[in-house]
Amino acid sequence: MAGAAVLGRLGWKSATIADVRPETPRVKTIVLDVPGWPGHRAGQHVDIRLTAEDGYQAERSYSVAAPANDQRVELTVEEIDDGEVSPYLTAEARAGDELEIRGPVGGYFVWDSDYPGPVLLVGGGSGVVPLMAMIRQRGAVPTTLVYSARTLEDVIYRGELERLARGGLDVVLTLTRAQPEGWAGHSRRVDAELLAEVAPPPEQRPLAFVCGPTPFVEAVALALVDLGHDPGLVKTERFGPTGT
Amino acid sequence: MTVSDLVLDGNAAAGILHAVYGAEMTIAVGTCDGCGTAGPVGAVRLYRSAGLVLRCPHCDAVLMKIVTAGERVWVDSRGLRSLELTAG
Amino acid sequence: MPPISRGFRGKRRDAPADRVPPGQYVTPDFPVLSAGPTPHRPLEEWDFTIIGEVDELHRWSWDEFQTLPTDTVTVDIHCVTRWSKLDTTWKGVSLDTLLEGIETEAEYATAFCDGGYTTNLPLEDLTDGKAWVAYIYDGEPLDPEHGGPARLLVPHLYFWKSAKWVRGLRLTATDEPGFWESNGYHLYGDPWREQRYWGD
Repeated sequence: MAGAAVLGRLGWKSATIADVRPETPRVKTIVLDVPGWPGHRAGQHVDIRLTAEDGYQAERSYSVAAPANDQRVELTVEEIDDGEVSPYLTAEARAGDELEIRGPVGGYFVWDSDYPGPVLLVGGGSGVVPLMAMIRQRGAVPTTLVYSARTLEDVIYRGELERLARGGLDVVLTLTRAQPEGWAGHSRRVDAELLAEVAPPPEQRPLAFVCGPTPFVEAVALALVDLGHDPGLVKTERFGPTGT
Repeated sequence: MTVSDLVLDGNAAAGILHAVYGAEMTIAVGTCDGCGTAGPVGAVRLYRSAGLVLRCPHCDAVLMKIVTAGERVWVDSRGLRSLELTAG
Repeated sequence: MPPISRGFRGKRRDAPADRVPPGQYVTPDFPVLSAGPTPHRPLEEWDFTIIGEVDELHRWSWDEFQTLPTDTVTVDIHCVTRWSKLDTTWKGVSLDTLLEGIETEAEYATAFCDGGYTTNLPLEDLTDGKAWVAYIYDGEPLDPEHGGPARLLVPHLYFWKSAKWVRGLRLTATDEPGFWESNGYHLYGDPWREQRYWGD
């Protein structure tokens, strides 16, 4: 016997694209207008659903990239080779297009602004997106961002991060595939050695948020624990193999 | 690409869990019926195949299975001995 | 009716309609989808058993299994998550060979696997050249990520029935829903009748 309709549309709301902004050659920020949006917290994400004319549907999850702003939701999407949804969002979608959104969700990977200690944010590739939402609303909390990107061109929010770094945000960039001429920054993977050098030490009990591809997140989380950080203070969000 | 690269965590099920339970479930504390380990749902291992399979990060036992088909959802949570939620 | 996302098509490939069941698209890849961590069963510990509604337990070690006659087949496979892969080549032991001489009143079987996965099928969907225990894919030993050392191969049903890491069959009098069939997926799973979920 089929269940009666208990759940209204399983949480989906209609949304309209208000703007599409390039961030890097492969990354765009999509600004959505969502009537009735309840607001969200940095670190949370949304589910997006696209429906084709023949009824075919695809769903993906994206972290919110910016703090809540009325009914605006900003998502930063990286184009994945041979992807199904990301090539549509980054190359085809434009202002006026419609899709569905569900959320915001996620309470585990959310920055509690009451936390008394420093904050350590470690992002790999598009894993920096939820961390950026946290940075954009961080207030006076001592914050360190360790961000691993392939090349300088792949650094999302680069201009804004440079400005924030001049203003006191501790930004540690590591470019793992290629570095520009005269690069004086890091080029190694985010490992225990790098973290020991740049992260707040375990004695300061930093609250750590680690986000990116699954192998990146697991290696970094393990390294932090090996260095003596409390596993209960290391929060992780895995994006899967390619960061989607 | 290996299966271990594809593993996600409970955060990826936050949307459907919220739709089903009407609450933010990634911070609910689940107890594994296999080994008794407890922890936030957001921190469990999540596999995506024909449906979502949430597994205990300690012993790999199946905690939950979630299958969605359009507007229908099936949830098997037999692997959770209990779920603790805090009202606030 | 949900809003249509202008210009969204999803991943589609052109393929002959008589080869692609309804709602499927063809992929050149072989997506890895798993309900759990990849088991790594050493071959010296592997066996395949037929148990349940049988006169006695039937068992083959890996070495014994390797001496059984095999078929090499090229088949299309259809995953319920909507991808289909055409012309995949497998080598394995036919279930007709494994069930030969086994007397049973059972009409159903449950395949059981390392890692705990199970799936159920009518026994007649395993016989008459419709199913194999396959251990070679595309000329190479079956990769653990795709179910190696051996997986069930039942191409006429959705691919969740082609259980990875299969270790045996339990013959049963009734149809006992397996891992997915007990939680929404169709008991039978014919892709040509689009039997994906309960009630389809």
